[in-house]
Amino acid sequence: MDSIAEVREAVKRFPAPEGGVITALDDISLNIQQGQFMTLLGPSGCGKTTLLRAISGFEDLDSGEVRIAGESVAGVPPYRRPVNTVFQNYALFPHLSVSGNVGYGLDLARVSKTEREQRVGEALERVNLSGFDRRKPAQLSGGQQQRVALARAIINQPKLLLLDEPLSALDRNLRQSMQLELKSLQHDLGICFLFVTHDQEEALTMSDQVVVLDHGRIEQIGPPEELYHQPATRFVAGFIGDGTLFSGTIENGAEDPILVTEDGLRISVGIGPSVGTKATLIIRPEHLNIAPQEPDNSLGILDAVLEQSVFQGATRQYVCKLANGTSISVSVAGSGDEALSNVNPGDPIRLAYRRNTPHLILES
Amino acid sequence: MATKRDLRSLSTLLTPSTLFLGIFFLGPLAVMIIFSFLEPGVYGGVVWNFYHWNYGRILGWADGEWEDFDPVYIDIFLRSVRLALTNVGITLLVCYPAALWVSGLSARWRTFVVFIITLPFFVSLVVRLFCWVLILRPSGFLSTSLMGLGIISEPIDIIYTETAVLIGMAYILLPFMFLPLYASIEKLDHSLLEASADLGANPFQTFWRVILPCTLPGIAAGAVLVFIPSLGNFIVPDLLGGAKVMMIGNLIEQQFLSARNWPFGSALSVMIMLVMFMLIVFYLRRIGRSEIVR
Repeated sequence: MDSIAEVREAVKRFPAPEGGVITALDDISLNIQQGQFMTLLGPSGCGKTTLLRAISGFEDLDSGEVRIAGESVAGVPPYRRPVNTVFQNYALFPHLSVSGNVGYGLDLARVSKTEREQRVGEALERVNLSGFDRRKPAQLSGGQQQRVALARAIINQPKLLLLDEPLSALDRNLRQSMQLELKSLQHDLGICFLFVTHDQEEALTMSDQVVVLDHGRIEQIGPPEELYHQPATRFVAGFIGDGTLFSGTIENGAEDPILVTEDGLRISVGIGPSVGTKATLIIRPEHLNIAPQEPDNSLGILDAVLEQSVFQGATRQYVCKLANGTSISVSVAGSGDEALSNVNPGDPIRLAYRRNTPHLILES
Repeated sequence: MATKRDLRSLSTLLTPSTLFLGIFFLGPLAVMIIFSFLEPGVYGGVVWNFYHWNYGRILGWADGEWEDFDPVYIDIFLRSVRLALTNVGITLLVCYPAALWVSGLSARWRTFVVFIITLPFFVSLVVRLFCWVLILRPSGFLSTSLMGLGIISEPIDIIYTETAVLIGMAYILLPFMFLPLYASIEKLDHSLLEASADLGANPFQTFWRVILPCTLPGIAAGAVLVFIPSLGNFIVPDLLGGAKVMMIGNLIEQQFLSARNWPFGSALSVMIMLVMFMLIVFYLRRIGRSEIVR
């Protein structure tokens, strides 16, 4: 596959307002392939927007380089780079109509009037905004403004489209439908999308590849399934999806190895890790269920006390407390497990999981 | 719908300003409009006869003599408009880059620079203009320093010329252009400039296509605020223009204070007020509305 954009060993530091230095990008390398939908995911301040701005040309790197279509773009100003951006606040030109906004790039390139009309019409059709070309941005809803910003950014047919948290200002329903629309738009256009977000659900829904960033470093790169089921670090495990993390040391148990936490909790894990290794186990709500009367050997057991039972529509969540005080959630599809419905808050409960299902992160 | 209580508080709040404007603004205005249609007395004052030749005289026919057509007052008026428009142009050219620069400074420096720009208001206008007399006269600061540097060999004599009047007027009215410009440039969303660059516009194109159109309301406000006082100004032409550059303001001043022709002075004042009124209506309808739509 062809590489559309590549970042090599990028480093960027900013002076912190309270003195000292903030490292926004700490030796970042990544490669965006032809036709990919890649997401930069991380909490605020992790460097994801800085990385995006380094690619679009609004930020210079201290060291390392950005290559677009195989060529280094060091020193190339933003207006000469073959990438376009959808800005977080849309940044629509208030004095121009929808058509003026969408056709802005074509006007700069002095495209002929007939071609301009045609391409603006096509771009507006792609984002389902035909017939709105004479409106001013102020006369549009948030979702419509979002579509104008999208049409404006794709009309130049960039090699790479950068999207800086474009959905964060929309309400939940609109955001979810836009996620699917963006995904299919990306598929139809065949343009690479580099999407920045702090919302893990958004990242999982849309991406082919997710890059998890924290403190300017790449924690993990991979497809959404891999990040969810096999997080590489404690940070990724905690950031993506729900779940409870247990850190401790591996010891020998009666059959399989056991993870012993600092406060003495003993949790059996699947076969594999050698004794003495420090490790973190992540148990997600869907891994757990109520233990049968006579558990077989493949199950790990946790003793807990039920605290709360919460109806969530498609699922029901049971919040339980373990012996060491750690809170752990069990998620059951439907209106709830029959065995669990007889348990009242405050009652003891035995939770079971398949030993090899929860992912174990080994520390080197 | 306003409730009874709202109306009461509204009337209480507005009474002082209504009384003040009614007595000290609308009253004299009415007197002036009435006087402009009365016959001037031989030794000053007015004779209570309806007399429309005050306006005829402005247009060039003094006292109803059709043969004596001489549009001297129209000339003075047009010169005033020309000088006022030139002044709008000068202040705009000086203030726009300055406002762009100031808006890019850190918050603390911005406040400081805006303070510096309003600083001249703390000193009397007449004192400041006399300083310009000292600077611009042939033996003044400008001439002697340029000669001292060897740039010119003979003293330059620009005092009592149109140039001197323009320098003085631009100097007085700069803040009135700067402040509205600065306000609209500072409001400008920085991400619009990035969006423009992102779509392929070089800095020059971004200026023409985004910065300038987006700050048009500020330019218009500044232009109106500079044009109106420039048109009616009489202190600057008096002090820096000598007897050579007469503007409409000087003419009105003369009619009231020297010629004792109050009706003609009133007619001139009403005319210039009408012109400005039309300008403001135009401004509100064209630019004011587009700002509301945003």
